[in-house]
Amino acid sequence: MKAAVIVFPGLNRDRDMIAALTKVSGTAPAIVWHQDTELPDVDLIVIPGGFSYGDYLRCGAIAARSPIMDQVRARAEQGTKVLGVCNGFQILIEAGLLPGALMRNTSLKFVCREVKLEVTNADTDFTRGYTKGQIIRCPVAHHDGNYFADAETLKRLEGEDLVAFRYAEGTNPNGSLHDIAGILNARKNVLGLMPHPENLIEAAHGGTDGRALFTGLLGQAA
Amino acid sequence: MTIPNDIVITPELVADHGLKPDEYQKILDLIGRTPTYTELGIFSAMWNEHCSYKSSKKWLKTLPTTGPRVIQGPGENAGVVDIGDGQAVIFKMESHNHPSFIEPYQGAGTGMGGILRDVFTMGARPVAAMNALRFGAVDHEKTQHLVSGVVAGIGGYANAFGVPTVGGEVEFDASYNGNILVNAFAAGLADTDSIFLSEAKGVGVPVVYLGAKTGRDGVGGATMASAEFGDDIEEKRPTVQVGDPFTEKRLLEACLELMATGAVIAIQDMGAAGLTCSAVEMGAKGNLGVELDLDMVPVRETNMTAYEMMLSESQERMLMVLHPDREAVARAVFVKWELDFATVGKTTDDLRFRVLWQGDEVANLPIKDLGDQAPEYDRPWTPAAPAPALAASDVPQMDVADALLKLVGGHQCASRRWIYEQYDTMIQGNSVQRPGGDAGVIRVDGHPTKGLAFTSDVTPRYCQADPYEGGKQAVAEAWRNLTATGAEPLAATDNLNFGNPERPEIMSQLVHAIKGIGEACLALDFPIVSGNVSLYNETNGQGILPTPTIGGVGLLPDWTGMASIAFAAENQAILLVGSPDKRGTHLGQSIYLRDLFDRRDGSAPPVDLAHERRTGDFVRQLIRSGVVTACHDLSDGGLGVALAEMAVASGIGAQIVDLEGQDPVLQYFGEDQGRYLVTVNLDPQGDAMLALWDQARQLGVFCPWIGTTGGTALTLGAARPVPVADLKAAHEGWFPGFMAGAAA
Repeated sequence: MKAAVIVFPGLNRDRDMIAALTKVSGTAPAIVWHQDTELPDVDLIVIPGGFSYGDYLRCGAIAARSPIMDQVRARAEQGTKVLGVCNGFQILIEAGLLPGALMRNTSLKFVCREVKLEVTNADTDFTRGYTKGQIIRCPVAHHDGNYFADAETLKRLEGEDLVAFRYAEGTNPNGSLHDIAGILNARKNVLGLMPHPENLIEAAHGGTDGRALFTGLLGQAA
Repeated sequence: MTIPNDIVITPELVADHGLKPDEYQKILDLIGRTPTYTELGIFSAMWNEHCSYKSSKKWLKTLPTTGPRVIQGPGENAGVVDIGDGQAVIFKMESHNHPSFIEPYQGAGTGMGGILRDVFTMGARPVAAMNALRFGAVDHEKTQHLVSGVVAGIGGYANAFGVPTVGGEVEFDASYNGNILVNAFAAGLADTDSIFLSEAKGVGVPVVYLGAKTGRDGVGGATMASAEFGDDIEEKRPTVQVGDPFTEKRLLEACLELMATGAVIAIQDMGAAGLTCSAVEMGAKGNLGVELDLDMVPVRETNMTAYEMMLSESQERMLMVLHPDREAVARAVFVKWELDFATVGKTTDDLRFRVLWQGDEVANLPIKDLGDQAPEYDRPWTPAAPAPALAASDVPQMDVADALLKLVGGHQCASRRWIYEQYDTMIQGNSVQRPGGDAGVIRVDGHPTKGLAFTSDVTPRYCQADPYEGGKQAVAEAWRNLTATGAEPLAATDNLNFGNPERPEIMSQLVHAIKGIGEACLALDFPIVSGNVSLYNETNGQGILPTPTIGGVGLLPDWTGMASIAFAAENQAILLVGSPDKRGTHLGQSIYLRDLFDRRDGSAPPVDLAHERRTGDFVRQLIRSGVVTACHDLSDGGLGVALAEMAVASGIGAQIVDLEGQDPVLQYFGEDQGRYLVTVNLDPQGDAMLALWDQARQLGVFCPWIGTTGGTALTLGAARPVPVADLKAAHEGWFPGFMAGAAA
């Protein structure tokens, strides 16, 4: 699998994501700077977490308008897999690749803790390492992860099986509607999620529940 | 050459700059004329307590600062300690007390930003952060507001910057009502052969300004930090700086990228007194003069005067001396990260500090004298007057189970989860022990097994009762917390927070605490490699409890063998390593007395450093031998609270057998020092256990078997069993309830 990680100024889980991709696949991903206008030929594009542009204006809003995002949008339309984690999820929403909005947590505070996730759709390139209904552990670390969408969008997400991960067992940390932790686009080649599977892939992390997301992606990649 | 003297220097103006008449006379003698307004500002910046350490220098010099692993001790941006394999850990702790009281979010955030900058200025990527916080009484009207602002401010900065917060401490006491303490710690990793210092080299080489633009924020901040608060405190708000972690993160990446090119000769971050301190320090250390042209300084406000530019404490700025032929390379790196880059001056061979502004020379001072000739005081101090010991019969009684629940659910011992869940504790993917235990532990990136442990400790109530024993205790406790993970304590940083040193009784606290710290550091081979002094922590003449915070760093050769505080399994023997004959004896200055009987009397528990050393060395050896399944040091609340914390962390209970003939209150709540709880996976009747005890006896360490893990309740001897679930509810419940306004 060939992967590229897009780096914006202010991201800070880029190194965590690069480490996870490298450890799981054995190959370091290509690093693409936000001002680049070309993407290498890859199977997977990853936008990691952090605070691109300091979360100024709105989380992800400025990054979503970077030159490289036109390329990301074009590749997504061609079917290339795109994964956005945390700030990456916010950027994908701001870029129009995923619907809805991520608002400030209902606690109005940053929250860093481990939550439980239910894999609600295991029939995607991203989640095939899991089984439907499986409950996994996963850390979260964000200030603005409160997923919101209008009733119609929520209905479509649920009806078309586009909710990939849901906070489970009462661990919703941010007030997201329908306990939504991660969603797919209609074509199911773009996934955005707030939790950090890249921070739970080896014994040193205290667990490996996040690893299957990467091995699943790896297993079926060209 | 014209030196503008538009502003007449009056005695009032001198006093407003925090300079005493005799200090001003010294300036007149040094330069042989009246200083310009800008020069007066420069002197005030260089000679205030915060920058010059004029009251503490004499005593700081007595601290042990060297050791086989110490690469760089105090005097640079941070201390540097060898951790083998060509790697070094670089760390420091620094206070941001006054700004955090005035504007908690920005004050605490920029405190975090400042200490992170100190670390990456030396070429290290920050890998761990901690914070030691002290607030006023829980029922004081400002406390919740300050807690919430400070925690959000630290989180807002550290989380965005991308460094995991791995530990810290929080305490409440009325002495901090008008003067909270915010001490921020950061540690970074670098290769030993690529550590950057602040000493300029070479004449005529460019002095380059990097990072954010200069504004008027923080003008006079260091002078404020060197004065007591009065009722006019709200008027000080304009001197608090505003932080921008986004710029700091870019500055980090740009600096590390630039350093890798070999273009950097010297680097200094602009912290207290910004451009003034950084330029003077780089020149003076290198025996060079510096000429600055302020018209080249990137500014974000119009009509800034030379005075304002020289004293601005705008954040996220660096000053570098660069190889002249690498300027283009350096500029490209900063353009990439969209940061300002400007050549603002050059080094000279005349040992003068010259500042040009709009064609005028507004300052021309002897650069070495600005630092070297700063006042140094041997301030008078009163003899030590330790609080007297309690009478032996003075053991106020309370039901042991009730007392345990109250302490575990009280403000001193309750879980700090409400705070640390607002910090990113796992970014970088290396946090193998997160907040809630004795020390935070990270693995060393790029090494298969090595880990680093971090802790921050001081017990201000002990320091108040006996500054000398309290100073020893702060060091011993930090050393103990590192040891309890299995780490070898390497070195420490000290952040000395005291009241007004011009009062002999406060100076006495400082002197005796430093003596205690020094003695403990020597006995434990735990040198001080960096630090910070914060004096004048008073409001309207009311000083804080003396608070010499110690930040400790330890090394684990293999983090997979580390210990943590949670009981690992049922039916394991619990040993009290380092126990006195009667398990617990010292109730003076205990949390039991203070929080259950509102008594702050008695002597501070003494620290026997030889006992501390042999006990800790034995515990560490046990952990590394693999027999230890959990380990926790005893501190606030003594044996009872430590057992409860181990039970709560695991959900497993324990049965403890009373020691006959000793008051249970003393056994369970005495705060005798140098003790650890250890569980082992050995048969208490087996040969291995006998061998362990035999070895302990030879080393002179008493480690009685006091009980066994198991069940769902903690039973302290004859006391009523307390369900672990109740302990957990009390432990976890206090902080959220307090912040919701439900508890006080």
